[in-house]
Amino acid sequence: MNRRMLISALVLAALAGAPLAALADALDDIMKSKVLKVAVPQDFPPFGTVGSDRAPKGYDIDMANLIGKAMGVTVELVPVTSANRIPYLQTKKVHLVISSLGKNPDREKVIDFSAAYAPFFNGVFGPKEIVVAKAEDLAGKTIGVTRGAVEDLKLSEIAPKGTTIKRYEDNNGTISAFLSGQVQLVATGNIVAAAILERNPPKKPEIKFLIANSPCHIGLNKEEPKLMAKVNEIIAATRKDGSLDVIAQKWLAQDLPADI
Amino acid sequence: MNYKFDFSSIGNYLPVLFSGILVTIELIAVGAVFGVGLGIFCAWARSLGPAWLKPVVAAYVELIRNTPFLIQLFFIFFGLPSIGVQLTEMQGAMLTMVINLGAYSCEIVRAGIQATTKGQFEAGWSLGMTRFETFRHVVLIPALHRIWPALSSQIVLVMLGSAVVSQIAAEDLSFAANFIQSRNFRAFEIYFVTTAIYLALAIALRQLLRGVGWWLFPRKAT
Repeated sequence: MNRRMLISALVLAALAGAPLAALADALDDIMKSKVLKVAVPQDFPPFGTVGSDRAPKGYDIDMANLIGKAMGVTVELVPVTSANRIPYLQTKKVHLVISSLGKNPDREKVIDFSAAYAPFFNGVFGPKEIVVAKAEDLAGKTIGVTRGAVEDLKLSEIAPKGTTIKRYEDNNGTISAFLSGQVQLVATGNIVAAAILERNPPKKPEIKFLIANSPCHIGLNKEEPKLMAKVNEIIAATRKDGSLDVIAQKWLAQDLPADI
Repeated sequence: MNYKFDFSSIGNYLPVLFSGILVTIELIAVGAVFGVGLGIFCAWARSLGPAWLKPVVAAYVELIRNTPFLIQLFFIFFGLPSIGVQLTEMQGAMLTMVINLGAYSCEIVRAGIQATTKGQFEAGWSLGMTRFETFRHVVLIPALHRIWPALSSQIVLVMLGSAVVSQIAAEDLSFAANFIQSRNFRAFEIYFVTTAIYLALAIALRQLLRGVGWWLFPRKAT
């Protein structure tokens, strides 16, 4: 056996051995090392950004720390992009992905999802005085939307005759139109609504009805029932004691909806 | 070069395109008539008007000629509601075009007035005309005749510049183009068609203004 063959054999052995090591339960692994590795976004406000002190901050970072605290372990944040967040989990570089991850059938084939921890939806927003509960109520109303966005396409389908839809170039145009009273309602995401609320306007956009709902879940590897149970238990507990609401208020300026 | 053009994808959106063309025509019609009217008034004020009015008009002209059209549009549409002036996007777009063209055409018309010799004024007065009549018949018409080509170009420029009013959701031709592009994603085809329409509109507008010129100045003045 020459040297090259020996190296290949060793590499093969290492590769074959790796999954075996990973079969050990992730929760035991975390509790033993006292370190919870979490993939978080760094380019998606308000879920995850890098502050002026270069420390990551955001909804997802607070969520990671909340879970770490409940488990009594140190949290190690691993910045990821939306493209590599699932590969990071699959290759066991992290234990959890808390990165504004929405559930869909394709993703469910490769990873598991915890209970929802953050709201993420498109809907129609407007001030309290305007009574709108469903698409049919939009008749006679003026509603602003960002042209070509998902909510524009959807709204164009469901809006009844007599609805005036004003389409703006980008989210800033839509926000300005709402704040300056050029439109009564806006159709947008809860993140944009939060950005409006942040400016503390006289007219506060409240959710009237949902257009599309895709709340954020924590991603875990498959076959980790113990870790899954633990994470869900922590989400339920923090939901109950109000600490999850504190995070939602801090980053989204909204209470959590009932479905979380 | 193996891009396959698919103009049929625009077919479903023809009503949007037509209503966009109509809005653009409406905008430039209102903008040109009132804008040039405002410009003539300002040109009179700046060259022959009362002393107190001159600095006011000068400030307006300089303000408008030294700021971008888009910012004027945003100021009027998104800014003014804060002090209670709420305009629809069409009113906002028209007002901005009138104000914008008013300032530019003021300077163009003023150039024509300044080229009028003093003797021409005196000739008017000696015929027993009032100051207004002198301005209207003896000064303004020859002045407009002199600067008509420049004024026509400015009106065409404002028509082309009106493309940005889609930014405040006014549903003009550019809005229609952007709207269709965001639905069928055939950017090349739709902007190709839109460019052709703008070109046709500009040529038609120039011809129309030439016709107006012939009608306004039937004999060769100057």
